[in-house]
Amino acid sequence: MYGKGILKGLSVTWKRFWDTYTDDISWMLRGKKRYNSDEGIRHRSSKDTKGIFTVQYPEEQLIVPEEFRYVPFLVYDEGADGKKEVRCTSCGICAKVCPPQCIWIVRTNDPSTGRPVPVPTDFFVDMDICMNCGFCAEYCPFDAIKMDHDFDIASYQRNVYNLEKLMKPASYYAGIRPENYTREEEARKAKEAAKAAKAEANAAAA
Amino acid sequence: MATPVLTQTVDLAARFPGKVSADARPGYAGIIVNKENLVEVATAVRDEFGFDLLTAVTGVDYIAENKMEVVYHAYKTTGGAGLVFRVQVERVDPIEVPSLINIWPGVDFQEREAWDLYGIKFTGHPDLRRILMWEGFEGHPLRKDWKEPFFEEEVKPFKSRWPDGQHTFAENKNPFRDNLNFPKDFDPEKYVVDKEEDLYMSLERDTTKDVEGNMKTDHIVVNMGPHHPSTHGVLRVAVQLDGETIIGLKPVMGYLHRNHDKIGERNTYLQNIPYTDRLDYFNSMSNNFGYVTTVEKLMKIPVAERAEYIRVIMAELSRIQNHLIFIGMLMNDLGTMYTPSLYAFEERELVLDIFEAVSGARMMCNYFRFGGVVRDIPDFAMQKIKDLVFERLPAKTDEMERFLNENEILVARLKGIHVLNAEDAIKYSVTGPVLRATGVPYDLRRADPYSIYDRFDFDVAVRQNGDMMDNYLIRFDEIRQSLRILEQAIKQIPQGPINSQKAAYQVRVPAGEAYGRIESPKGELAFYIVSNGKPNAYRYHVRPASFVNLTAVESMCKGSKIADFVALLAMLDIVMGELDR
Repeated sequence: MYGKGILKGLSVTWKRFWDTYTDDISWMLRGKKRYNSDEGIRHRSSKDTKGIFTVQYPEEQLIVPEEFRYVPFLVYDEGADGKKEVRCTSCGICAKVCPPQCIWIVRTNDPSTGRPVPVPTDFFVDMDICMNCGFCAEYCPFDAIKMDHDFDIASYQRNVYNLEKLMKPASYYAGIRPENYTREEEARKAKEAAKAAKAEANAAAA
Repeated sequence: MATPVLTQTVDLAARFPGKVSADARPGYAGIIVNKENLVEVATAVRDEFGFDLLTAVTGVDYIAENKMEVVYHAYKTTGGAGLVFRVQVERVDPIEVPSLINIWPGVDFQEREAWDLYGIKFTGHPDLRRILMWEGFEGHPLRKDWKEPFFEEEVKPFKSRWPDGQHTFAENKNPFRDNLNFPKDFDPEKYVVDKEEDLYMSLERDTTKDVEGNMKTDHIVVNMGPHHPSTHGVLRVAVQLDGETIIGLKPVMGYLHRNHDKIGERNTYLQNIPYTDRLDYFNSMSNNFGYVTTVEKLMKIPVAERAEYIRVIMAELSRIQNHLIFIGMLMNDLGTMYTPSLYAFEERELVLDIFEAVSGARMMCNYFRFGGVVRDIPDFAMQKIKDLVFERLPAKTDEMERFLNENEILVARLKGIHVLNAEDAIKYSVTGPVLRATGVPYDLRRADPYSIYDRFDFDVAVRQNGDMMDNYLIRFDEIRQSLRILEQAIKQIPQGPINSQKAAYQVRVPAGEAYGRIESPKGELAFYIVSNGKPNAYRYHVRPASFVNLTAVESMCKGSKIADFVALLAMLDIVMGELDR
C-alpha cells in the first residue's frame, strides 16, 4: 500500500510526542520535579530518557562532569594571614606546551642577586586564543594551573586575564574537581612524608 | 591468512632497471622514480602489480637539498601493504611533474592542492587551478621559505612567551609591513576576482545540442553557495545546467582554509593533537586516533593494552554518532526539516556526554596521547557506555529505521539516484562507506588492520547498488557493526595502565617518514609525517576523506537534476573543517 511507510514513520513521531506527556504525568504522580531540578536534568541525559529531551538553558543547566574543562586558572593556597600563596613557580612548562601559545609569563628575578625567584611577577592568558585543550593543567608539575568549569564568560571585550584575574583558591578547585583534588593531595602528602622520612634517615645516618 | 596476492613481492627495481632507484635515506621506504618514467611506472603499478587505489599525493619541500618531492601512496582494494613511490625534482621554478590524472582520476584535487601549496606544476592536468587559496594569491604557502602573517618563529614554543612574556595583540605586530606578500600593484580596495572566468570555462559543456535540427538552448551557470544553509559548511559549487539537468560541475573550496599543514609543521608533535580535533569536528576521537597512530609508527612505541581498548571504544562511539548525524543531516537536505535530525541528535548528545566525561570536552576531545590516552574512563562513564551499547542504541537504531526506511518519499528521492559503480569509485580514490556501498568490501579495519581491530569479530558492511539508497542504508549496517565491536571491546577490556610512556610534554621522534591511515567514519583518514629528528614535524600532511571523496562528485551527478545534488552533498558526508583544512 502506498503511504504505509509514511504512516509507520508517523507512528514513531506520535509515540515520541505522547512519551513526553506520559513521562511528565508519571513524574507528577511520583511527586517529583522533572524540570528545573538536578534529578530531572540527570534523567534527561540518561539512557532512560524519552519524550522531551531539551534542557532549557539558562534557566536549567546541564551538570558538567568533573573532567569538564574550560579556560585555565591559577590555584593559590591560603596562607596563615590570608596571604595568597600562588602555587605557580613560573617554570614555563605551560607556556611551552600551549598549542596556540596563549600563555605569557613574567618571571621574577631577585633584585639583589639577579637569580630567578619561583614566583611569577605576572601571568597572562589570552582567553580569546585559548583553545581549552587542557595541556597546561595536564603537564603542570606543581598542580598550579587547572581547567575551570565556569563557561559563562562571553563578553563584549577581549579577554586577556592577568595574574590577579587568573587566581582562584584551592578550595574552589576542590569544589569543582573533588576526586582530582583528593588524589593530588594524597600524592602530595605521600611525597612529603617520603621526603621527611628520607631527611630523618639522613639525619640518623649522620 | 596471507594470500598469494598479498605476499606478492613488488620489485619495481627489477622491472624497471635504470628508471627507478630504492630510497636509501634512513627511515624512508619505497622507491624514487625518474620524472620521465613516472607515467610508465605508475601504469605498471596499477595494471601489473594491482595497486588500484591511489590514496595520497602530496609534495614535500626539501629546501636544504634544493629538492621538491612528490610522494604517492598506492594500495590494493583487496587489502595489504601499500607501495610508496616518489619523484624528486630540482627546486627551481617551474617545477614540473607529469600528472597521473589519466591513470588515477582521483588525484585531481590532490594534484591541484600540491600545485596550490607547493607550486608543483603537474603537466597534463586539464584544470590546474588553485584549490584552497584564492585566485589572487601570490606564492605557495607550504614552501619552507614562505612566511605567514604574524610570523614569529619557525617553530613553537615561541621565545617571547617565557621568561619575560608580555602579552601583545597579534594585530599590533603590523602584518602588512613585514611578512605578507601581495602581487605587484595590488590594492585591496580595487581588487576584483578576475580568475573566475577560468572556473566557468573549466565547466563541462554539452556541444551535441548545437547540431543542426536540435533546438538550441543556452546553458546556464548556477553558483550554489558559498553560503549553503544546510550546515555542511561553506562550500561553493559552480554548476553548468541545461534546464534542470547538470552537465558540468566544479566544487570551489577553501573558504575555511587555515593551512592546517603549516600550523602542524610549526607545532610540536604533542601540540598538534588538539589541532587535529578541528579537522573533522564531528569525529575528533577518530582524528586523534589517526594522528597518534602515525606518530607512534614513527616513534616505534607500543600502546598500553587498556588504552587500545579505550581507543577502539571511543572511535566506534564516534562512528555511531557520526552516522546518526549523517542520517539526520541527509534528511535536512532532502527537506525534512528538523524532526529526524533532532532524533539523531538526541542519541548523539548521549554519546557526547560520554566524551565529555572522559576527555573534558564534547567535540574537541584531545583525548589521545602517544602511547595511550589521557585518563582512564571513570566508572560512571563506563556504566553509561554499557547502557548505551547494550540497551539504548540498538533499540534507537531500530526505531530510526522504522521511522524512515520505508518512507515512500525518501525512497523516491534516494533509490537509483547518483549511482556510482565500483570501478569509478576506485578510480576516483573514493573510500569509506561511499566505496563500500558500491560493492567493494574495503574497510581498513579489515584490509590493513591497525590498533587491535583484528581481535574483533565483525563484518564489513557492503551494499551492492552504489546509489543513494544504498549509501543511506549502509550507515545503519555500520552502526550495527560498530555496536558489535563495542560489545566485544567492553567485555574484553583489561585493567592496567592507560599509557605505555611517561607523561612528557616533548617527545622524541626519530627521523624518517610515516604514513598512517585509519578508517574514519567518512573514509580513509591518513596522515603523512616526515620527521627530521627535531621536536617539530618537518612535513605534516593530512589526507582527509571528504576532500578526496569529493573528487568523484562531478561524475556522480552528471545528468541528474540539480535538486538531487543537494542530497548528494549530504551523501558524501563532507565536513568543511576537514575538506578545507
